[in-house]
Amino acid sequence: MDTPPAVRARGLTKYFGEVVALDGVDLDVAPGQIHGLVGPNGAGKTTLLGLLLGLAVADSGTLEILGTPVGRALAVPEGVAGFVDGPGLYPSMTAKQNLAALARLRGDDAQTMNIDEAIDQVGLTDVADDRVRGFSLGMRQRLGLAAALLTKPRLLVLDEPSNGLDPAGKKHVYGVLTRLAADGTAVMLSSHRMDDVESLCSDVTILSTGRVAFTGPISKLASEDNELDYRVLTSNPAAARRLARQTNGIKLHDDDLVHDGVELLVISAPVPALDEFVKRLVQDDIAIRELAPVVSPLEAAFLALTEQQENNE
Amino acid sequence: MTAITADAPVARRVSVARGYRFELVKLLSQWRVRVLIIACWIAPALFVAVISQQASLPVDTLFGRWMHATGWAGPLVLLGFSGSWALPLLTSLIAGDVFASEDRLGTWRHLLVAVRSPRRIFVSKTLSSLTVILVMVIGLVVSSTASGLLVVGSRELIGLDGHLLSPGDAAARVLLAWLCALAPTLALAAIGLLGSVALGRSPMGLLLPAVVALAMQIVQQLPIPVAFRLALPGYAFISWNGLFTSPMQRGPLLIGVAVSLVWALVATGLAYFLFVRRDFTNPTHDGSGRLAITAGLVPLVVLLGLTTAVLAPVTGFGSGIDQDKVQRAVAVEFAHLYRLQTKQLNRADVTEAQLQSAAECTKGGDQVAARGPGNDWRCVISWHIPGVEAAGSAIYQLDINPLGRYVSDGDGPKEVNGFFLVRTPSGDEPNPLWQFDGNIELLPAN
Repeated sequence: MDTPPAVRARGLTKYFGEVVALDGVDLDVAPGQIHGLVGPNGAGKTTLLGLLLGLAVADSGTLEILGTPVGRALAVPEGVAGFVDGPGLYPSMTAKQNLAALARLRGDDAQTMNIDEAIDQVGLTDVADDRVRGFSLGMRQRLGLAAALLTKPRLLVLDEPSNGLDPAGKKHVYGVLTRLAADGTAVMLSSHRMDDVESLCSDVTILSTGRVAFTGPISKLASEDNELDYRVLTSNPAAARRLARQTNGIKLHDDDLVHDGVELLVISAPVPALDEFVKRLVQDDIAIRELAPVVSPLEAAFLALTEQQENNE
Repeated sequence: MTAITADAPVARRVSVARGYRFELVKLLSQWRVRVLIIACWIAPALFVAVISQQASLPVDTLFGRWMHATGWAGPLVLLGFSGSWALPLLTSLIAGDVFASEDRLGTWRHLLVAVRSPRRIFVSKTLSSLTVILVMVIGLVVSSTASGLLVVGSRELIGLDGHLLSPGDAAARVLLAWLCALAPTLALAAIGLLGSVALGRSPMGLLLPAVVALAMQIVQQLPIPVAFRLALPGYAFISWNGLFTSPMQRGPLLIGVAVSLVWALVATGLAYFLFVRRDFTNPTHDGSGRLAITAGLVPLVVLLGLTTAVLAPVTGFGSGIDQDKVQRAVAVEFAHLYRLQTKQLNRADVTEAQLQSAAECTKGGDQVAARGPGNDWRCVISWHIPGVEAAGSAIYQLDINPLGRYVSDGDGPKEVNGFFLVRTPSGDEPNPLWQFDGNIELLPAN
């Protein structure tokens, strides 16, 4: 029997009074997929995540979660967990007490993961007995993730989970999400950090003013954009500049940067031209020390698509 | 939307029992709540113990003048204070915050995802806050009673009409008085729930029960029609006084309790109505919309009007205080207290019937009609002692407040009410006829 998609939405529309929060949103999230949701403020990301958690019901359209049609609020299937607008934690209780209270609320039979284990997974063992009142935003995010882990979710919905995370926290969270996905859990997360989405998600949905501007694999999004800005650090900037001018499809920017006393080239190029440029650098024995997009492909696509959609309105 | 199939594996909603325990854990994890509970179990004991040891007693508080005489006066003094201040504040801090705290912490969505039923969240929060309030009230009763009995002892209590209540009878009535006070406490708690739901993060939601209680106290001190007075949900904080007369003044007490319970039900119902209609997906909506005000405030004003209209034919439209009631109350109380004084002084017992006490009361020196509250009541009390031909008489100045409570300050024969203290075989004791408190039933005598 085929495994149903974790999320299948068709034509979801949601109004708040006269404001259209979601306008005909289609979305597919497969099991085991980490799916990013990006969009400018007010694009409808939190509203969409709220629908997935069952906090509200769409005014029109169909929504299936884990193969089950969802027709009314708070009636999503078992196996959906997560948070929107930050994790709900009670500051007067310790980290462990928060999770224990939540576990007892759901019932011991529903608990599939030990509280200590969940806390350990997100790297908060050292502060498990500290009151949440003193926690930083990043620690709260991690504890919120631990709370979601308690029920071993099959669909994990997270709103801005990387907010406030330090590098260590980010490593813990990424590790947990990657392991969950590897075990078949679908993860739907929103973020304003394009680098996070790019490094973590295989697929992305870009929302703009309640509509889907793009949905699909990130690789497809990057290839659809013809030209990106790159910065190039080489062992011989003058020679590299000359080669760039000679390569078809490469535009050389005048506003070159200086990094640690070394000149950085900034070029615009589609991927084939960039490949040709790299080939020539290597042929001329010029070492490439750094080659990176000035703006990430996702961010560039995000800006282009959202601006395009706003211009069309 | 596609209809959900009957066999869809929809996540189970959390039972009310689990939700109740969760809410209770959250409440008890707050240091403020823990401090309040501890204070309710300790502070009354200290208060009663300290006051009972002092030479100067709180004579302006009902039963305060008897705190040296019996341990049963302590819990009643505390009940008077609690009805005015402690219980409104406690209900404010617990029920007035139980919903608003989720707004403040931004945890509503988390809670909804976890419980999956706004109705069960409402029931759990309501029950848990009422439980904590009940624990606090029990603390007030147990602490003040235990302290009074340990420090002063279980002795006879002098009722508000001067008759003596045995320790057992006093215990039962003290307990009953506190039970009756639970009704207006529930009403205030329900108003707190309503404020907490309707006003969200606004501090006004937290303060609503205290503000309502203060407003009711102010209104109760005004010369308003007795029907309106009894229609206010806090009247049972006052009408428990009727338990300490003989016969008991059941009418105002039962009306007060019933009105309080109706307010508790209506306010809780309104809070529920507003809560289950709240849109938790809209982050800008914390309940403090126009609907919250109109659906919360207007129905309660209508309820007050309706209750007044229903009670008016029974209670009448006056103040409930007239010359006949004052004369009867003062004469009866004087007879009971005279008999008590006789016992204190080890004189030959004389019954109330033998005393044939009577009072003639006027108000404002006959310049005004003898009805209504005021401190210008003057009563001439006369009595007969078996074997003595001449009738005794004494004059008392009465200060009657709009609630029907009065303080009588006497001036008469020095052996009756000439001194503050009386010399008894066991030492000096307060003279019961020097100054005494009483209570006039505001309902018509028939």
